[in-house]
Amino acid sequence: MPVSLKLLKTSTFRLAALYLAVFAFSVGAILSYVYWNTALLIERQIESAVRTEIGVLGEQVAQGGMQGLTDALRRRSSQNPGSVYLLTNFLGRRLAGNLDALPQSAIKGQGWIEFSYTVETSEGLEHHRARAYHLSLPNGAVLLVGRDIEERRRFAALIRRTLYFAVGFTILLGLLGGVLMSRNFLHRIESITAASRTIMAGDLSKRVPVSGTGDELDQLSINLNQMLDQIERLMAGMREISTNVAHDLRTPLTRLRSRVEAALRTGDAGVHKSALEQTIEDADSLLATFNALLSIARSEAGQAREGLHPVDLKEVLTDLAELFAPLAEESGGALKLEADRSLEVRADRQLLAQAISNLIDNALKYGVPGGRNGPEITLSLTSTPRDAVIAVADRGPGIAEEDRGRVTERFVRLDRARTLPGSGLGLSLAQAIARLHNGRLFLKDNAPGLIVELVLPRLEPAR
Amino acid sequence: MTNSDQTKPMRILIVEDDRDAASWLVKGLTEAGHVADLAVDGEDGLNMAREKVHDVLIVDRMLPKLDGLALVRKLREEGVHTSVLILSALGDVDEKVKGLRAGGDDYLAKPYSFAELLARVEGLARRSAAEPQQTRLSVMDLEMNLLARTVTRAGKPILLQPREFKLLEYLMRNAGHVVTRTMLLENVWDYHFDPQTNVIDVHISRLRTKIDKGFPEPMLQTVRGAGYMIRAR
Repeated sequence: MPVSLKLLKTSTFRLAALYLAVFAFSVGAILSYVYWNTALLIERQIESAVRTEIGVLGEQVAQGGMQGLTDALRRRSSQNPGSVYLLTNFLGRRLAGNLDALPQSAIKGQGWIEFSYTVETSEGLEHHRARAYHLSLPNGAVLLVGRDIEERRRFAALIRRTLYFAVGFTILLGLLGGVLMSRNFLHRIESITAASRTIMAGDLSKRVPVSGTGDELDQLSINLNQMLDQIERLMAGMREISTNVAHDLRTPLTRLRSRVEAALRTGDAGVHKSALEQTIEDADSLLATFNALLSIARSEAGQAREGLHPVDLKEVLTDLAELFAPLAEESGGALKLEADRSLEVRADRQLLAQAISNLIDNALKYGVPGGRNGPEITLSLTSTPRDAVIAVADRGPGIAEEDRGRVTERFVRLDRARTLPGSGLGLSLAQAIARLHNGRLFLKDNAPGLIVELVLPRLEPAR
Repeated sequence: MTNSDQTKPMRILIVEDDRDAASWLVKGLTEAGHVADLAVDGEDGLNMAREKVHDVLIVDRMLPKLDGLALVRKLREEGVHTSVLILSALGDVDEKVKGLRAGGDDYLAKPYSFAELLARVEGLARRSAAEPQQTRLSVMDLEMNLLARTVTRAGKPILLQPREFKLLEYLMRNAGHVVTRTMLLENVWDYHFDPQTNVIDVHISRLRTKIDKGFPEPMLQTVRGAGYMIRAR
């Protein structure tokens, strides 16, 4: 489609055209109003002047008879160049005045007429228009008094021309503006369309151009770009998961398969039995990994958001501490709870408990101080004006700063964790659950040890 | 509840379209001394369940012709109150809630161990047979007063933490039957996720110290590969 045609189809152009039509109509209406009013005013002035003059002439007749009137007309004809006068006798012959003969329209009766007549000016003979009142006198004579309205006609013509010109100019400028505006708009829309085509074709790294003016189109572009960032992140996550799943599920599956195969080769029932038991264990841990992956995916998709209710964190932590403390004590460690007041957040109790139990589970596994057998864990609940902060702190070797960002990624396990059971998904799930609750997960140095903070927005922030 | 050590043979209806899984279930339940009927789609299942001859229904969530939840809902509307265990590949907490809301009595995510399924099915049958307003539980010389919240063994008082009391109560109500770790987590702690550690084992071993230490006959037993059981005799 040629650009010019496309321009006409843009919504900006259509809007501009509509606006233009309304504007041109308004300009026309205002000017017409001025024109008609002016014309009317002048006409009224002429009429009232003529009436007054006829009144005066009437008095002349009363005082000096026909002769007086004739004299008065002669005098006036020579003194008032912009006026027309004529007095004829009952035969229609001119008695006085500056008109040669009575106009055709003034033969009978009385009233207002308009007519053309010839006038002598410095540039020669000219045809002028005049407006006059004529009446028959009782003796059959006809009196006509009027004004030359050529000036008025010229003035009206000027106003009319101005009107046409103004409307025409408005339309022209408006069209030009409309085209320019829509071209600019079209150009920007087209760049957005082009960017989105590239993105649809598979290049997720492409972004919609932002002009920097901060207008609505920029807002749209910025929003689109943020959406794209989110999609790109999710896609990257998906890619990462599939790679990780391939690796982290294939390895134990291969191990499982080889074990069964090896057991099948022997005829020993004892070997069979232990291989089968191992197989169940492997299958269970695979299932756990699989479930954790699904939970992460669901949390990240935000599907469980509708199941959020006000939950008292102190209660949740007390329950969890009670559940896990014996486990810490069993290995010679301890789990302390520091939560002195209730704090409410909007949460899914199950998911939240799962996230915190993952953190505690990590602390149990990795939070053992050097030279000791059991972990030293502190589970605490504190608050800021806005947030509730759940912290799981241990006194173990901690996590080096450069690794802290990495450990919340799926399947990432630090070297010393590889020998312990686990899927490498605990922190990822905790983070996904934190995000689902509009919260965040922070890893900090406990010098020595690690503090993992789960920060959730409070239901009723302190004022 | 005192004589619940021997499981009465039950008649169980399995509504499951996966023939392998179904025949495996039938075999397992028969070996455990029960009678199992099989329906392979929702409509058959509904018709058979309407006869009200079964003690427990095991219903898969996704079935041809009539899906599991609709089946259960329909049964409840028709006034059939047989206990239902819903089986599903959808194991999330909110899926469980949906299943229970539709009128299911328990929910088990696939894949499951047979021991878990058997324990739950037998638990359902006991639950529907239990007298609702009990104030005392007793198993052998172990006595529990539910009103005074006290426990004695052979007349000697045993001091329990509130959670230990709840744990023992659940075990005693299911005396003579295996309860799995998941069942304990769900019913005693109300957690519907897998904490991935042996947390339950530690609580059990503490409880065991309190009720069995100093007595010649241990009552709280570990059933390998399945869970725990309070011996009834």
